[in-house]
Amino acid sequence: MANSKPPEAIPALVDRALQGDRRALSRLISRVENGGAEAWSALASIYPRTGRAQIVGVTGAPGTGKSTLVSEIAKYTRQHQPAITVGIVAVDPTSPFSGGAVLGDRIRMRDLAGDAGVFIRSMATRGSLGGLARATTDVVKVLDAAGFQLILIETVGAGQSEIDIARTADTVIVVEAPGLGDEVQAIKAGILEIADILVVNKADRDGVQSTVNALHTMIDLGKAPTSVLHHGQLTTLATPPQVATDRWRPPVLKTIAAESTGIAEVLEAVTQHRAYLSAHPEGQQRARVRAAIELETILRESLVQQLLDHIGPEALTRTIDQVAARAIDPYSAAKQLLA
Amino acid sequence: MDKKIRILIAKPGLDGHDRGAKVIARALRDAGMEVIYTGLRQTPEMIAEAALQEDVDAVGLSILSGAHLTLLPRVVSCLQERGLEEVLIFAGGIIPDEDVTSLKDAGVTAVFGPGTNTDHVVEFIRGQFQTA
Ligand SMILES: Nc1nc2c(ncn2[C@@H]2O[C@H](COP(=O)(O)OP(=O)(O)O)[C@@H](O)[C@H]2O)c(=O)[nH]1
Ligand SMILES: [Mg+2]
Repeated sequence: MANSKPPEAIPALVDRALQGDRRALSRLISRVENGGAEAWSALASIYPRTGRAQIVGVTGAPGTGKSTLVSEIAKYTRQHQPAITVGIVAVDPTSPFSGGAVLGDRIRMRDLAGDAGVFIRSMATRGSLGGLARATTDVVKVLDAAGFQLILIETVGAGQSEIDIARTADTVIVVEAPGLGDEVQAIKAGILEIADILVVNKADRDGVQSTVNALHTMIDLGKAPTSVLHHGQLTTLATPPQVATDRWRPPVLKTIAAESTGIAEVLEAVTQHRAYLSAHPEGQQRARVRAAIELETILRESLVQQLLDHIGPEALTRTIDQVAARAIDPYSAAKQLLA
Repeated sequence: MDKKIRILIAKPGLDGHDRGAKVIARALRDAGMEVIYTGLRQTPEMIAEAALQEDVDAVGLSILSGAHLTLLPRVVSCLQERGLEEVLIFAGGIIPDEDVTSLKDAGVTAVFGPGTNTDHVVEFIRGQFQTA
């Protein structure tokens, strides 16, 4: 058997990972990803060292160029600010039929190979439906604690409800591309609402301007902030909102990620959005919503676990059999198990 | 709790054909494994670094270029340099029978020739990681 060695104890693994041992970091990520009590103990112990990284989410339909853009953002950052290390988490869907996955985002990230200031991790959703894996936020915390200052998350983007990313990232970039069948993909998927920055990638293609225009129209119709500064001029982001009552209006930027064009402007917008969040009450509101959701999730998971431990596997199996045979309805069955 | 077998499928060398690599990647996915596919023209260093970051249980190397006798042992040593000596290494593609022994001596656990049934590869990997 190939993997016969017993797993390393969590505290030692955490120590080594936080000291910059990349092998330990990688293993710690797996243990956190696999979940359970040991994952929580690891997360609790690293928690004081989290909260320092800037977390940027990249979402959008498959093929729009998310992976390429993520790679370019990382590359640009490493070239212009070499002191900033970059962690990348790229999420792809788990097949609901087999439970397996092919994770292919690294194909577009080969320019980052050989840079010790970059760490890329692919994750499968493992049944989660909100565009990220259940453990993506936890893996991001590990990278944050390990000292990565910029963390980029690429979501599944397969027309799922991409709601998780808004709860995980400080800034969400929604990527569009011209001519992907329908005018603007994001509208269908309902992900415009979560966009802090809109990027129309593949600006080398026909129809870029109509996509840009369509997005501006959607922003005007949809988000309709109570007071908008610099209406219609945010493409350049010449003057960021400075008064606390001004709500952020997502800029619409053009990139050609495959040719490294427009990346500086994207990073500039990320920086401005970060400044906005720290000056505007919305930043604190977001942090509070995030804390509430996180605590609720942990509570729910622990409650279910406690309950399952209490019920025991035999009683559970027996009840499932009864429900499957329609000997009892699932509502009464749950009530009995809870009694 | 949720442990999955994770496998890196990589193509070292300069040949530009990744059909075989993609077929095996899909077969492993259909067998419930998580497959990280890194694309064409990977150097041994790139492969080992990806294996490290992805914490894979195995690395599968697809090679058609004829350079297996130099490239595969270099992948093995790059993995070892990074402390990944327990990672299982297997290879497929166009590899003549007479080269198999020296590849195995170099640390490649299994070599699958052209036309190998993917079920056979899946069974081999399952056999290596069976926990029960
Ligand atoms: N023409 C053009 N193609 C691009 C651009 N950016 C990415 N691509 C290509 O679009 C395809 C999908 O890119 P990828 O980054 O994998 O998209 P993802 O599925 O959203 O992660 C690849 O073939 C890229 O090379 C671009 O700016 N222009
Ligand atoms: Mg991608």
